Amino acid sequence: MGELLLFYLIAALMVAAALSVVGSRLPIYSVLSLLVVMGCQAVFFVMLHAYFVAAIQLLLYAGAVLVLFLFVIMLLQLSPEAVAYPRLLSRPAIGITAAFGLFLILRTVFFRSLAQEPPLADLSRPHSTVEAIAHALMTKYLLPFELTSLLILAALIGAVTLAKQQASDSRLKR
Amino acid sequence: MLTLTHYLIVSAALFAMGIAGILIRRNILMILLAIELMFNAANLAFIAYARAWADLGGQIAVFFVITVAAAEVTVGLAIAILLSRQLNTLNADEVSRLKG
Repeated sequence: MGELLLFYLIAALMVAAALSVVGSRLPIYSVLSLLVVMGCQAVFFVMLHAYFVAAIQLLLYAGAVLVLFLFVIMLLQLSPEAVAYPRLLSRPAIGITAAFGLFLILRTVFFRSLAQEPPLADLSRPHSTVEAIAHALMTKYLLPFELTSLLILAALIGAVTLAKQQASDSRLKR
Repeated sequence: MLTLTHYLIVSAALFAMGIAGILIRRNILMILLAIELMFNAANLAFIAYARAWADLGGQIAVFFVITVAAAEVTVGLAIAILLSRQLNTLNADEVSRLKG
């Protein structure tokens, strides 16, 4: 019973923070709201017994990715009109209607596919230790794990190339 | 009784809000943030399914998704900085150079 109460509390906080991410005028408020969403997400992961992923979520997402966002936003010094307003007046209405329709479709699909779902509390076997994840990562999922390093290398080189281009292009452009 | 459906509904709500953010906002930074929101929704669904079927694959998938998201954000933010320096705008509608 207490778990259900905690779930509804965290879910309400998460949805409110997500609305703030999408709706707030200043990007910095959006980033800080996204931080709240990440925190709630980590709580959900712990409730679902995914401890390693919860730690990764806080360290990598909330710690690294969002700080990167904050750095960029502070670096760019956005003027108020740079926070663009929609061109067409009807655009938010269309977007919100489309998104709500998508939510209804997803909800229906989930309800249909889960007629025989197993209740979460029935599983008592602890299977998601760090050791088990490391074992799966090094045996069954070894190839994607190695390819990830290639992806990170590509992103690294891409970011450096973009930054260097900026330095050499500045005299060409203006 | 807390069931898998609870988590999936929250995941669907987050995903829908991410889509709404992409459709409504025109600032490139806001679009990237909405994409992060959708990544989170997918991660929540992965973890919920991994728990329900006692399968570790879902957690591994989330591990990879987080890695890919970090790489995507690095390049995306570098492009955003380039846009603001060279075109003086962050409005996605005004960046139409690829149209030729």
